Amino acid sequence: MRVVFKTSYDHDIGMFRHRAQATWYVLLLTGVLALPLLLGSFLIGEMTNMLIWAIAGMGLMILVGQTGQASLGHAAFLAIGAYANVILQQRAGLPFLVSFPLAGLIAGAAGVLLAIPTTRLHGIYLAIATLAVSILVEDFIVIAEPLTGGVGGMFAADITIFGYAINRYINPDAFYWLTLAVTLLVVYFYRNLLRSPLGRAFAAVRDSEISAQAMGVNVPRTKALAFGLSTGITGLAGALMGHYSGVITHENFTVIISIQMLLMIVIGGLGTIHGAFFGAMVVVFLPQALSFLRDWVSGMTGGGSVAISGLETAVFAMILIAFILFEPMGIYGRWLKIRTYFELFPFYRKNMFRRQKSYLKTERMR
Amino acid sequence: MDILQLLVSGLANGCIYGLIALGFVLIYKATEAINFAQGDMMMLGAFITLGLTNTGYMDLPFWIAVPLAIALMGVFGYLLDLIVIRRMFGEAQIAVVILTIALGFVMRFAAGTIFGHEPQSLETPYAGQDLRFGGVVLGVDEAVVVIATVALTVVLFLFFNRTKLGVAMQASSQNQLAAYYMGIPVRRVQSLIWGLAGVTATIAGVLYASKGSIDPSAGLLGIKAFAAAVIGGMGSLPGALLGGIIVGVIEPFASRYVAAGYSQIAPYLLLFLVLVFRPHGILAQVHRKKV
Repeated sequence: MRVVFKTSYDHDIGMFRHRAQATWYVLLLTGVLALPLLLGSFLIGEMTNMLIWAIAGMGLMILVGQTGQASLGHAAFLAIGAYANVILQQRAGLPFLVSFPLAGLIAGAAGVLLAIPTTRLHGIYLAIATLAVSILVEDFIVIAEPLTGGVGGMFAADITIFGYAINRYINPDAFYWLTLAVTLLVVYFYRNLLRSPLGRAFAAVRDSEISAQAMGVNVPRTKALAFGLSTGITGLAGALMGHYSGVITHENFTVIISIQMLLMIVIGGLGTIHGAFFGAMVVVFLPQALSFLRDWVSGMTGGGSVAISGLETAVFAMILIAFILFEPMGIYGRWLKIRTYFELFPFYRKNMFRRQKSYLKTERMR
Repeated sequence: MDILQLLVSGLANGCIYGLIALGFVLIYKATEAINFAQGDMMMLGAFITLGLTNTGYMDLPFWIAVPLAIALMGVFGYLLDLIVIRRMFGEAQIAVVILTIALGFVMRFAAGTIFGHEPQSLETPYAGQDLRFGGVVLGVDEAVVVIATVALTVVLFLFFNRTKLGVAMQASSQNQLAAYYMGIPVRRVQSLIWGLAGVTATIAGVLYASKGSIDPSAGLLGIKAFAAAVIGGMGSLPGALLGGIIVGVIEPFASRYVAAGYSQIAPYLLLFLVLVFRPHGILAQVHRKKV
């Protein structure tokens, strides 16, 4: 077991807990940077997809995991980011390096706009309001045909950075590195955010709004900022998603995607950066694993391959149910427990991570 | 006359939304949890009835199949709470929401695997008959919907306010610990309410399937019904019905008088406006917030 001995406040807000942890992350970074040398173009494409979902997940995580505001409407901001990026490139002729951050800014501004009327709402009411926004934006894309191409959708051009064209199919490795760079920037930003006063304010609002208010946190402003940052990052993911899939339509951003994003970060582990990545891995690699398994089973039985429609969603849902019932802290929580078990071996106690349960009291009068 | 016809058809649709919304409100009233799988429970109830009564399946008489399906879904709801939801006792509200969303996905998959993904219609003894009042045509199926909904709302309202069990259900949500001290078996009461939600879901499902057709993704109607419940004021039974009718009536009027494409967003726009200006719904029950 390692005892971290803190001798100054700087240790407390340090990027890493100790030297060994930093070493592991540097190793991981080298690994992911070298990945295109090891994997084929299909798997690199899937990895890119995973990273994009992880960025979107981190965006949602800031809001749900850090600030405690449930959102069932983040597909709307994926859509805003994706469409803003493509429209800025096509109509305004802006290069990717300008349109991409602008897309994030626009999605962030939309999030702040949404936050202004909804900061009064709590819990389930907020979730349903954002759900309504998700549906409204999906319909708006169809209605605003002159701007968004309506049902037909829009084509995302190749990314051009200083004359170097990046296309998912022609040079998947370059697209992967680009996405990785964005991911690293977002992770760095997220990690720093958690160490800043604003990040602490987010946590205070999550744990108790009234206590936060008593400690001098401006709750509506904090919530609006959380919405803005969250939707901004999600917008960036949306812009990348547009370039990844090549064509964007309103069907890429249905309310089901909103729900799936929330489920994704819950499976991964709420409130942690790792959780966003674990969740994205499940979302992206589960269908691949299932189709692999299906081929294997049909190969074993000798029969033709059986296609059961909706199987992926159902398996995803069942994994989710298992996690909520048996491991509410998600995959990352399970990993923490296993690590602690070995760090403390043989002194791990069963109830170490047990949470205080509370009895319910309603706020309704009748 | 045109307006009256729109109103009548909207009313019947609205009653279905209201019935599903009743299921939401029931569970919310007694356990403070939101059951996002309510729409899928409705779908499941409809499919069980369909499987019992349609000629292609078991071919039982309609009036035997419906009570049987209701009983089955009641048991299903009770067991669902007993086996799955009860484990969430004392956890955060949003965790239950996510759990029920996932359960809904599983139910949709189960129904799709058993009954196929094609829309099917329920065979009822009163299908295709019309009632005429002057120029207004009212299908018997629509009349049945309205009557059944109003009757069920009244029964449930009386149940919650007059019977011992109903009051116990309210008590167990208002203050769980105090309810325990008063000797209310809180866990069993919660399981019972899930059973009751299964029953109302089945009734809604039978009415919905008899009016048109049903397919496994019909559970997504639950989102609209949830909007109705929130518009009416979560936690109020008459509010759920009111919200359902508002949503149901707005829809045909919007599609008649507003340009295509804009009409379908009307209920959600209304939901958003209600949430912004009256965050706890029209018949709100929250008047002050405790620390």
